Amino acid sequence: MAKKNNDPAAKKRKGADVSTVRKAKHGGLLTAIFAIISIVWISPVLIVLLNSFKRKAYIFRNPFGLSTVSITKGWDKWTAGVKKTFVGLLNYTNAIKKTNFFRSFGYSLFITVGSVLLIVLCCSMCAWYITRVKNLATQGIYLLCLFSMIVPFQMVMFTLSKFANMLHLSNPLGIIIVYLGFGAGLAVFMFTGFVKSISIEIEEAAMIDGCTPIQTYFQVVLPIMKPTVVTVAILDAMWIWNDYLLPALVLNVNKYKTIPIAVQFLKQSHGQIDWGAMMAVLVLAIVPIIVFYLIAQKYIIEGVMAGAVKG
Amino acid sequence: MEKAIKKYWPLFVLPTFAAFVIGFIVPFAYGIFLSFCKFTTVVDWKWTGLENYTKIFFVNRKLDTTFLHSLWYTALFTVVTVVIINVVAFTIAMLLTKGIRGTNLFRTVFFLPNLIGGIVLSYIWLMIFNSVLQHFSKTIVSTEWYAFWGMVIVVSWQQIGYMMIIYIAGIQNIPGELIEAARIDGASPAQLLKSVTLPLLMPTITVCTFLSLTNGFKLFDQNLALTGGNPGRLSQLLALNIYDTMYGKTGWEGVGQAKAVIFFILVAVISIIQNRLTTSKEVQQ
Repeated sequence: MAKKNNDPAAKKRKGADVSTVRKAKHGGLLTAIFAIISIVWISPVLIVLLNSFKRKAYIFRNPFGLSTVSITKGWDKWTAGVKKTFVGLLNYTNAIKKTNFFRSFGYSLFITVGSVLLIVLCCSMCAWYITRVKNLATQGIYLLCLFSMIVPFQMVMFTLSKFANMLHLSNPLGIIIVYLGFGAGLAVFMFTGFVKSISIEIEEAAMIDGCTPIQTYFQVVLPIMKPTVVTVAILDAMWIWNDYLLPALVLNVNKYKTIPIAVQFLKQSHGQIDWGAMMAVLVLAIVPIIVFYLIAQKYIIEGVMAGAVKG
Repeated sequence: MEKAIKKYWPLFVLPTFAAFVIGFIVPFAYGIFLSFCKFTTVVDWKWTGLENYTKIFFVNRKLDTTFLHSLWYTALFTVVTVVIINVVAFTIAMLLTKGIRGTNLFRTVFFLPNLIGGIVLSYIWLMIFNSVLQHFSKTIVSTEWYAFWGMVIVVSWQQIGYMMIIYIAGIQNIPGELIEAARIDGASPAQLLKSVTLPLLMPTITVCTFLSLTNGFKLFDQNLALTGGNPGRLSQLLALNIYDTMYGKTGWEGVGQAKAVIFFILVAVISIIQNRLTTSKEVQQ
């Protein structure tokens, strides 16, 4: 113990938690280090933002710079170089035209919101029923849901996309049903876990007071389930909004392109990539996510924490 | 109460179950069946027994190593990403639970890439990789190892924030008294980490390890967008290899489906091991 107190290195390491003076000092250093790391961490997004305003030809020639000439050659030449490099919003107008971006945004939004609403509603109802009514059939459904969680998408992609086609589900409305089916496993599993922790007395009291099962569910059970509803909604929204392969295979992609499909098609349809349009589309794709993140941050972080504990 | 609810199954269970049958049960069962058939659509199948499975490894009686290559390439990729993601995420989580100023902002920034989808992420990095590599007259698909490390960087950048959040939750769940007690008993920071923090975090570590393990194994979007499997299929991870076999050449759909069955078994085994480990840890506590 005495030896340790004389060891400055040990003191230093321990220091952060020992005295308030030290805490502030080390805290400041750590904050500074993390501030730098954070900027580096986020820099790919910033570089894309910067380059989205550049003329196509200069994106690859000088992705990190602002001007075609070095600032050492004088201010006038430098600003002339800056003018030559940047094209204002040209990439954006180009990209929006090429990808029909707002259409894609609409499809993505419709499919994500529709699927999440349907998954949350149907799966929570199903989970409540199979927890409260115990028989072979409900046990079987629960086990099948568990099982579906370990099956990778590649296993079903061919048959699923062909069946969806045969059943005329290859459109934004139909794919919502596909998402309900493929996403049911995780959602039912998480809701079931929560229903098991609710005491049955509250529901029984409601039923004795004359509520039908439907009233009991919507007025008593669903409000209690709110935390899990948020978790499932967040996890599924993150999954569906960014999903590429399932919609690419199920949807009629000539007609309906979600944002990830539109981005990927920007490469395929031209062989080579129009990097100007690509930069602009990437920014357009990221902005809604950042806006949503800043609004719902608390729920997203909590959803991820809760999802990991259960999943 | 059970009796009163029971007859309401068409409302409560049927919608989900019907979608589940369409979206999962039938495609899964039929997928297993088709892996033993030759087919180009789901209706023109012809039973061929195990031919698809042998064709994965032998083409015209000669050993075809494409699948095996992608298998060990995927395994290596998974191991590397699991280690990098978990070590970095854990380190950041430890530092961000010390109560320094700006913690919330840093957490927000680190988590952000996780919300951006694999396709969009990959094109961001493709631009950065290729504009740096062009100075050395290389691209990200010059060799399969450029592609490998490119994907490692993209996936690490994406998932570190996610795992960090889970580790932070785990660290905050450790009772403060335990740490305090160990400290009073004279434990050094290294001892504290080794004998108190890490053992108590074992459930969290298991969850994160297996999450990153299955994520690595099932990776598809980043592979498709960043490398497309190039050069010459050498950077194909398993999921892309299956996709390429199934949709790349007509007549090989069955082989692709057979590969998918093997892929499913591998993922299932990993998941079952995870389940065993997690539950046994829970019992111990």
